[in-house]
Amino acid sequence: MEPRIDTAPRVETQTLEVNLGPQHPSTHGVFRMIATLDGETVVKLKPVMGYMHRNHEKIGEGLTYIGCFPYTDRLDYFCAMTNNLGLAIAIEKLAGLQASERGEYLRVIMAELTRLVNHTAVTGFLLNDMGAFGTPLLYAFREREKILDLFEAASGSRMMCNYVRPGGVREDVPEGWLARAREIVANYPRFLDEFEKLLTKNEIVQQRTKQVGVLPRALAVNAGITGPMLRASGVNYDIRKVDGYSLYPKFSFKVPLGTVGDVYDRYYVRILEMRESLKILQQALKEIPGGPAISPKGQAVSRAPRTFRPPKGAEAYGRVEAPKGELGFYLVSDGTPQPYRYHIRAPSFINLTVLEDLCLGHKIADAIIILGSIDIVLGEVDIRVESGEIVGKSLVTYMVLQPRAELAKA
Amino acid sequence: MLPPVEELKDALEQLLPGVSLTLDAGWLIVAPNDLVAVCRCLKESERFSLDYLANLTAVDYLPEHLPAASEASASGAAQAGRMDVVYHLYSMAKKHGPVMLKVRLSRAHPVVASVTPIWRGAEFQEREVYDLFGVTFEGHPDLRRILMWDGFEGHPMRRDYVVEDQDVLEGRPG
Repeated sequence: MEPRIDTAPRVETQTLEVNLGPQHPSTHGVFRMIATLDGETVVKLKPVMGYMHRNHEKIGEGLTYIGCFPYTDRLDYFCAMTNNLGLAIAIEKLAGLQASERGEYLRVIMAELTRLVNHTAVTGFLLNDMGAFGTPLLYAFREREKILDLFEAASGSRMMCNYVRPGGVREDVPEGWLARAREIVANYPRFLDEFEKLLTKNEIVQQRTKQVGVLPRALAVNAGITGPMLRASGVNYDIRKVDGYSLYPKFSFKVPLGTVGDVYDRYYVRILEMRESLKILQQALKEIPGGPAISPKGQAVSRAPRTFRPPKGAEAYGRVEAPKGELGFYLVSDGTPQPYRYHIRAPSFINLTVLEDLCLGHKIADAIIILGSIDIVLGEVDIRVESGEIVGKSLVTYMVLQPRAELAKA
Repeated sequence: MLPPVEELKDALEQLLPGVSLTLDAGWLIVAPNDLVAVCRCLKESERFSLDYLANLTAVDYLPEHLPAASEASASGAAQAGRMDVVYHLYSMAKKHGPVMLKVRLSRAHPVVASVTPIWRGAEFQEREVYDLFGVTFEGHPDLRRILMWDGFEGHPMRRDYVVEDQDVLEGRPG
């Protein structure tokens, strides 16, 4: 008998290296990932950045402290107001300045409106990444536009606001602005309800996002992840509560927390954060007092930046809860009007540390939405306190997302 | 609550025999060789649990820019300038902080142990400092340039780095 020849083809697989970006719509700017795939599964993923690097910090060392403000707009260009606020707080700490009361209110209002803009847009983009091209994103952009109109009315620019200054804000809001802001805040929950109806219980959204890109709590803390991404993993850490900077201790709001830490939790934490931001906005818009929008000292610093010389050797680290996480500014003075060292701790940059960990074992299509759920802006990636005393545990209130089972029933 | 920095210094010196720290305007100055031990202690001891490295960066001091107060302590180094690596530590578990550490290195050969094995959050920040300042972090798992391209020469955030189109910036008077 002749030996039987096995004619079935032998299947050999080999891994494939795929380059994504830097010019690719799914990478949210000029971000590049080199993914190694086994079939469709990611086995290795290396981020490559720096395509938009312009050494913002070096530029800052050649400018006055006030001169740095327009550059901060261009860090995370979705959130110019909170970027300005971070630098303003660092400068105030450096020089011991106080903001005027109305100025503080306006800052909180602007910062929370920025959070709405950011979270709305990122949710729209997440849907884009999942393959729902255009429509959900445009719903998001429709609402974002209304807030950008407010920013334009106050600062003269939709996105590059350059509005907050040490001691307050550059100038008071125009007449009728607060009324319009109240109207937008009052109508926003309707949009959120509509948006959620479209997304939260949507079967496709749930299939694509649940148990995808799970970030364990311990890793999140260890890797210095901040912002909604950290809180989606169940860590109760919100700098607005922890440091209690500006007027945040005055307002009642909760910190939404996730339970699983997957893409879905990151999406839903952002939705809930928007609802909490609206609560802050309602309170702030109701209580805002009259008076100057900037303190006299702050006014002097802003009008004549070259006269502002913090003492030699003074150092300060100011941080705020930006929509993407902890935005910190580290300033060192050498007694001249220009900062000796000007460093930015950018949340987008550091949140990318865990990108590979989140993507391993998932399909390449999931890597796109995982990146989307981290919420990066390349302007920030490539740049490349006295802390508030905690009174017992009462300062930190929080809530936990509805358990999944209940959500499905509802 | 975190004790004031003076008490913190004493507590650390008690916990870690042989480690000596100095204070400078709220900063704990750590000797480069002690850095890993101090960081591990700050992170792992129940009392501090500084589990979150918020910020890691460097400051480059040319000899003429050295703050007057510390010139005496750095004595010999004052001639050659100094590279400070700064660490801002917070605790997410206990919600306190910051504890601010500084390591003073020689400007000519800035080498310090990596804290990435202790806090993953240092991974990109150390790469950034390596890239822009030329500080080498020993024990970093993947120390490469991160923002500048491979093959770039020099470290642009160093104070003596010459920017090509200097006239675009507002010049520093003098």
